[in-house]
Amino acid sequence: MDKNYVPDKENLVEVNDLKMYFPVKTGLFTRTPLKAVDGVSFAIKPGETLGLVGESGCGKTTVGRAVIRLYTPTDGDLFFDGKRIDSQSIGSMRKDMQMVFQDPYSSLNPRMTVEDIIGEPLDVHKLYANAKERREKVLHLMELVGLNAEHATRYVHEFSGGQRQRIGIARALATNPRFIICDEAVSALDVSIQAQVINMFEELQEKLGVAYLFIAHDLLVVHHISDRIAVMYLGRMVETADADELNNNPMHPYTQSLLSAVPYPDPEIAKSRKRIILEGDVPSPLHMPSGCAFRTRCKYATEQCAQECPKLTDRGNGHLVACWNK
Amino acid sequence: MANEAYDVNKMPEKNPLSLQIDLKKFEKATEDEKKQADIMSESTSFFRDGMKRLRRNPLAMMSIVVLVIIIAMIIVVPSVVPYSYSDIITVNGKRDKTATNMSPFTYSKLEQQYIDEGGKVFPHIMGTDELGRDYFVRVIYGTRISLVVGVFASMIVLVIGVLYGSVAGYFGGKVDLIMMRIVDVIYSLPDLLMIILLSVVLNEVINVSGNSLLGRLGTNMISLFLVFGLLYWVGMARLVRGQILTIKQNEYVLAARVSGAGSGRIIRRHILPNCISVIIISAALQIPSAIFTESFLSFISLGVKAPMPSLGSLANAARSGVTTYTYKLIFPAVMIALITLAFNLLGDGLRDAFDPKLRR
Repeated sequence: MDKNYVPDKENLVEVNDLKMYFPVKTGLFTRTPLKAVDGVSFAIKPGETLGLVGESGCGKTTVGRAVIRLYTPTDGDLFFDGKRIDSQSIGSMRKDMQMVFQDPYSSLNPRMTVEDIIGEPLDVHKLYANAKERREKVLHLMELVGLNAEHATRYVHEFSGGQRQRIGIARALATNPRFIICDEAVSALDVSIQAQVINMFEELQEKLGVAYLFIAHDLLVVHHISDRIAVMYLGRMVETADADELNNNPMHPYTQSLLSAVPYPDPEIAKSRKRIILEGDVPSPLHMPSGCAFRTRCKYATEQCAQECPKLTDRGNGHLVACWNK
Repeated sequence: MANEAYDVNKMPEKNPLSLQIDLKKFEKATEDEKKQADIMSESTSFFRDGMKRLRRNPLAMMSIVVLVIIIAMIIVVPSVVPYSYSDIITVNGKRDKTATNMSPFTYSKLEQQYIDEGGKVFPHIMGTDELGRDYFVRVIYGTRISLVVGVFASMIVLVIGVLYGSVAGYFGGKVDLIMMRIVDVIYSLPDLLMIILLSVVLNEVINVSGNSLLGRLGTNMISLFLVFGLLYWVGMARLVRGQILTIKQNEYVLAARVSGAGSGRIIRRHILPNCISVIIISAALQIPSAIFTESFLSFISLGVKAPMPSLGSLANAARSGVTTYTYKLIFPAVMIALITLAFNLLGDGLRDAFDPKLRR
């Protein structure tokens, strides 16, 4: 942790060198740290969306949960609105930071009515004077996410996946937050519902000016909603750039292969595109390769990659890439 | 754009040889028809849903009926039948020494005389015991004691077990480790030995003679309750801890924490309501096991203080004359069997009704 680190005043959320290690039992007495996140830095401005992509197990969710302090980070500096996020300050920040979860089936308590689920953040922060005001606020939130007022007294098991995700979003919006972490918020939904929910996220951003950390593995979705995109591989950030810039001009070999795997809606063009297929498997985060984590699967890998881990360097236009190869 | 795509007149002509379905046969759904897809089933809460399924279970309903009848009997019978559980039968103010060991629905010589003279004698439904006390009243009182012991003991187990288990499960890590090792230690203590030792110690330490309920129950019963409070809750604590360990992994618990809810609120609002069905069921199954323990202790003369009967002590007393007066063993034994069977079946029914995995 760097006590002297000064965050940029323009940024709503700033993360510097976040590290999150989980101790894993590897023998009777030995514990090896699993480096789920190993030195990630990013910043989000008010009303902006940062997309975070990467394959399963690369630490995207861990980043989100560490930012909102569901996990206590091993190391690193986290700031919200210029103030350091730690175990003391987080209590007062909960109101301004919310999260939408991946699985709409397990993220809503089956024993509570929709009204109580959406009203819970209101209860916790005492944001109403009486029962009538609470009800009005809940109904307003339900209307905001496109649910009928008559659904308020129902239980979660009576709703479809898309409706449930809307309930989850309404709950996240209840305290009027300035920052929402969407952890794979649309991955569990089918494509047509995904589109509805993503459009809703965008509308809400226009109306309320919230900033998003949009965690997903679907590059098309992320490109659509994000202002900037960060690509993660094995707990490290390999590339970050503006959404269009990253899409048109991917510089890191991992990003290039990810983008080549995105299905293209026109078969004629799709046929002519070259697919970059990566060799081998993702290394275990318990036995990380030396130097660049991606070198075991990278066709451009050199001696240098094995010795030293590349840092994110600016290649113009705010396009940061962590690769020795230029 | 979407609307134009569905315009019937702009649909491409179907090739007569094509096997494709003629798109012109489709028509656009009206607003009314679209709404039909949105109609949802009647809103039911989890509890009401479970009760509905419980009502469809004949065995569970039968055991509820049996239990209600037994409870009504232990409340009503002592005030209807003119005999008491501790007094020898008196006829017309005189002690009836001949009224011992009578069969059901028979009268002693004195009683027969009194009836012939025109007096009225309440029949001995289950006969009398070796001291000339009405056996029916004694069995009813025994049932009362056994049920009270069962319900109280399982209450003690419920409260301590749920509190302990939820703290251990929720906080996890080192707290859980230490609390569960304590449970392991308690689990290894021999319960029977503890009851015997405690009742000896309690006999010396406290004086509960007098006419209070506890005084009439005797120190053995107090030590039984104490042992339930000290030892028997560990099973419940383990069960609750296990439930909470799985439930706290659910994202709705994380969501509540993100909302800023404290530990107390999360346990109360999110975790306990989701394992309450398991808790209720095991509490229902705890009652017969407590009744059984009490019966067993009374059977080996560690139970209630005489003359207060319990089902176990009645069975124990009947043992000596089992060949001659078999009915004296049968009545309390049948009562124990009915109560334990009813609670077990009810517990099973509750589990089936409230287990979400068994939902059809």
